[in-house]
Amino acid sequence: MPSTRDIRRRIKSVKNTSQITKAMQMVAASKMRKAQDAALAGRPYAEQMNAVMAEVTANVGDFTHPLMEQRENKAGKRGLVVVSSDKGLCGALNTNLLREVAKYDAAATVHITAGRKASQYVARSKRELAAEFTYKDAPEFSEARQISKFAQDLFLEEKVDSVDILYTDFINTLTQQPTVKNFLPVGEITALDADMSGESEKKQGELEASATEFLFEPSAEGVLGALLPHYLNYQVYQVLLESKASEHSARMVAMKNATDNAKELIKDLTLQYNKLRQANITSELLEITTAQMALGN
Amino acid sequence: MATLKLEIVTPEARVYSDEVDMVTLPGKEGEMGIYPNHIPLMTQVAAGEIIARKAGQESYLAVGDGFVEITGEKVAVMTDMAVEADNIDEAQAEEARKRAEARLAEKLNDEEAAMVQAALAQSIAQLDVKRRRKR
Repeated sequence: MPSTRDIRRRIKSVKNTSQITKAMQMVAASKMRKAQDAALAGRPYAEQMNAVMAEVTANVGDFTHPLMEQRENKAGKRGLVVVSSDKGLCGALNTNLLREVAKYDAAATVHITAGRKASQYVARSKRELAAEFTYKDAPEFSEARQISKFAQDLFLEEKVDSVDILYTDFINTLTQQPTVKNFLPVGEITALDADMSGESEKKQGELEASATEFLFEPSAEGVLGALLPHYLNYQVYQVLLESKASEHSARMVAMKNATDNAKELIKDLTLQYNKLRQANITSELLEITTAQMALGN
Repeated sequence: MATLKLEIVTPEARVYSDEVDMVTLPGKEGEMGIYPNHIPLMTQVAAGEIIARKAGQESYLAVGDGFVEITGEKVAVMTDMAVEADNIDEAQAEEARKRAEARLAEKLNDEEAAMVQAALAQSIAQLDVKRRRKR
């Protein structure tokens, strides 16, 4: 049976914890709004880019670009870009993500990580790490370009046959989905990624309908040569934005749950404390009256 | 009369989306005027000015580097920057231009230099558009 003092101490410590989680919830909520806005604002551009790439790759004829080269088991390895958060305390976000990493064959995968949690995991599980990158709270295009450049170089030097990106796609505040995206080689882009637009089916119809021969100015090589790297860089950028939005959303929800649980716990403990206090007073009163009666008689 | 759907998107937002009669673009190889039913074309744009004409009214936008996809009924511009002439802050653009020029004088690696060049071109495009409208 704990004493009243023990319970009081516990209430205090739970209260402190709840204050911290509450503060973290507030911070995450404000960051979340910014990150979500950024992720959503980038989508029209990403959609447009996807649509253009789809038409261009379908109409470019027999011209190929080194980044589009399909290779079967030349290097025997594949690259995987893992985008995680830097910090924990965001529920099952990173656990879910890293579970997907574990599905890749450790011996045949070269990892490129962005975010500390991913690099820690890769180091801990003794997987091959090619490079680790960091990205800020408000991801910058230059950060995305570095990652994308490294992945492209790895591919062009034939160290890997393909590159995938694994990240947490932002669906809404309550739902985030670990997602794998094919990055390299740039294959035929048939339609928009379903997650990028809410209306991919309609768009796909449009894309097929507009399969007309395109003219390139100055030349297909020139335009595609400039468009492809930019398209890839932008994909990475959008992935970073989505990851950030997911991270802050997940953290806010996790912290909200923690605060709610702490409140519940405080309520229960306070009840227990009051009960115990009353029992103590009652038994004290009993003792006093018994003593008095014994003396009086 | 047929119209063109002009869409200008940047990584931050969809800046312009409207039916227009004619578009003038700053192509990499010179100005281009696009009317409806243009042959499908894919090209790059340089930093400069986009003029959209709609029912006799012209609107002007300063844009940065990017790509354009032209089909018979649609012109889609993807660029790093796009600002409508009315929204350009001349002082701010001038400031940005000076900053970019100062950075260019420093020692930069290729990638940084390219970025600063792009920023410089963007601010110059903004200033050009703004000043031309004033006269």
